[in-house]
Amino acid sequence: MAFCRKVVAETLVFDYLRARFGHRFTRASLGPNDSGLPVRFRGRPVFAQLHGDVATVDGTPVGETASEHRRRDLPIIDLGRSVFAPEETQRLDGQAAAFTQDYRMAASSRNALLTSGGEIELAHALDRKMRRLLGRSLRLRLVAAGSCGGCEAELAALSNVVFDMARFGIQFVASPRHADGIVIAGAVSENMRDALEKTYEAVPDPKIVVAVGACAISGGVFAESKRVLGGVPSSIPVDLWIPGCPPHPLTMLDGLLRLLGRADHLKE
Amino acid sequence: MSTHALLTLYNRRCVSVADIPLLEVEEFAAALASSIASGWRIVSLFGVPEDTRALRLCAVLANDDRGLLGATCALVRQEYPALSTSCRQAVRFEREIAEQCGAIPTGHPSLKPLRRHPPDHAPSAWTLPPKNREDFPFDVVHGDEVHEVAVGPVHAGIIEPGHFRFNAHGEEVLSLEIMLGYQHRGVERLLEGSERGRAVLVAESIAGDTVIGHTGAFCGAIEALARSHKTPRAQTIRGIALELERLANHIGDLGALSGDVAYQSSAAFFGRLRGECLNLLMTISGNRYGRGLIRPGGVLFDIPPTMTSEVLRRVERLREEVRPVAELLFENASVQSRFDGVGVVSAEQCRAAGYVGVVARSCRVPVDVRHDFAYGVYRYAQIPVATAWSGDVYARAIVRWLEVQRSMEFIVEQLAALPRGEVLVDCGALRPSELVVALEEGWRGEIAHIVMTDAGGHIRRHKVVDPSFHNWSALSAAMPGNQISDFPLCNKSFNLSYAGHDL
Repeated sequence: MAFCRKVVAETLVFDYLRARFGHRFTRASLGPNDSGLPVRFRGRPVFAQLHGDVATVDGTPVGETASEHRRRDLPIIDLGRSVFAPEETQRLDGQAAAFTQDYRMAASSRNALLTSGGEIELAHALDRKMRRLLGRSLRLRLVAAGSCGGCEAELAALSNVVFDMARFGIQFVASPRHADGIVIAGAVSENMRDALEKTYEAVPDPKIVVAVGACAISGGVFAESKRVLGGVPSSIPVDLWIPGCPPHPLTMLDGLLRLLGRADHLKE
Repeated sequence: MSTHALLTLYNRRCVSVADIPLLEVEEFAAALASSIASGWRIVSLFGVPEDTRALRLCAVLANDDRGLLGATCALVRQEYPALSTSCRQAVRFEREIAEQCGAIPTGHPSLKPLRRHPPDHAPSAWTLPPKNREDFPFDVVHGDEVHEVAVGPVHAGIIEPGHFRFNAHGEEVLSLEIMLGYQHRGVERLLEGSERGRAVLVAESIAGDTVIGHTGAFCGAIEALARSHKTPRAQTIRGIALELERLANHIGDLGALSGDVAYQSSAAFFGRLRGECLNLLMTISGNRYGRGLIRPGGVLFDIPPTMTSEVLRRVERLREEVRPVAELLFENASVQSRFDGVGVVSAEQCRAAGYVGVVARSCRVPVDVRHDFAYGVYRYAQIPVATAWSGDVYARAIVRWLEVQRSMEFIVEQLAALPRGEVLVDCGALRPSELVVALEEGWRGEIAHIVMTDAGGHIRRHKVVDPSFHNWSALSAAMPGNQISDFPLCNKSFNLSYAGHDL
């Protein structure tokens, strides 16, 4: 019997090692140029293609520098409403727009997600006191409220071996009582309103709130429905807005690290 | 039964609404009961306001062995004798009709609200008394040392909201009641009221892990009503995307099942490989879940030859990498002992209740839309139906692994032989006064989008049935007799959608 057990144990270890060595555990890199995102990835949209310092629309130079072009009255893109559908950039008010591969889009205020040229002010760090409290150990509780499950799936992916959010000391926890803040996904359905407010109240102060995805920010594709509030209600103050449908895990990670003042991890 | 009570139709083929039999409610109930006794099951049963005072009940049935669909209708007043008394499969559907349309099926065992929302598909002249969830208490089991355990809607993990109420005796579960509706966003109303470009985005957000499945069924219905014929190339790309979605979710589920029995190594490996599948979808569509790919008339993104070879290479590598991990999981005795005999669903329960998808195939009920109601690329490339016998967590895991292997084979075959041509054709106005049933085998099971147009060619009713709608009751049925501590494992082996159910 002892022999059998030993053989079984050795076989298991062998199988494990065989599987282990077949795998490459490359962690996702956070650099803007080496993120490995494919050319069709739809990140931050911009108006007009900028070739060097000259702005062009449909390949035709518009006869002004890029910055002048940007300052002119371009239509506003609201990243908080965008679901990054391919159709969204086809033509807006006669202006050609295009998605870039830039996944960095998280902002500290709702207004910062409104952009006319495509440039946005990325999230800034919490104040010094909050950074000292949370900067190296952040525990978050997810509340899905009238979502489709897409944002949850990407939030769950943050904990896998590729994105490995835990390497930065950020983790999801089981109870709001264990948490430093909540992450809200979904357009906030009438049926989740109470549970969301109670969960928020259950988190001890000081706390942060992160709104993830077009639905939590603006109601997304469900904004017109009577059954949802159309995003996080104003009674809950939001510290970080992460646009996307759903946001790529790198967009979320980038936003969280900026919030914690740990942008030094982000290779600029 | 006499088949004149049922109009035969086919997946994604339109019929005129006028051709559907319009029965008296007693005949309708008898037709449902006798059809189900002779091997049919309910795909959907829903209400459409006919005029200000009458509701049209529509039943869509499926006969999987014969590959046939059937439709029949009845006009009812607000109060009508419940169909559930003679037809068990109608119970949940009638709860839904009572909630959506304000109808009162008398004699129904329990009209507990499914989603908790005011009626949004009621005939305009009906008076609708408000219904409170509080008027429908949870089931209580009486007895010494019987205790209730309440979980949710905010759970311990990163999952969607739902409320579970257990009655337990010690560790043993006596009953489980599941209360959903927290994710209710009013999807059907949005699909009916939005213009097409907006509605397709809503369809992509019915269930975020089933973007390809739901959008494929949505577009299948719209294309049939517009008589728009996709090119073979578009059909094949949709098939490849659907199988990639299945791969991502099945592999992710195998990882999550590993995690729930504390086997961290395969959990970590599968977790990474799931990401590879999502990244393949992102390479093709620009989004990890395939958003933006499928549109009425075909697909927005082609797979050019350079991408074909890249995707082929990555799928081949995935094939090599996933096998040793699956062996690690399935050949491990301690994992087997945790999967074995937990959360059993029997074939009899399955047939009686009309479960679909992985849950049905795990208890030797071989239903698969790709096989039984073949559409698109699946008419030319058959995927064998994977089944298992034991109906437990192990069966649901092994069916997923079998399907993973077959989906990879399918993708490799299809990429090597992509038909030439365009990928997007025009999809114009909808034909008036028609009904179409579009079924799709999503990774969880049968997705149904049933669309009825009015005399002006506008959408009169858009009914969505996610496989989770059928299968949530399977989880309740599987739990009694199991340990309460096995619930997370059991729940994960079903992995049903809250959003897809709640709509």
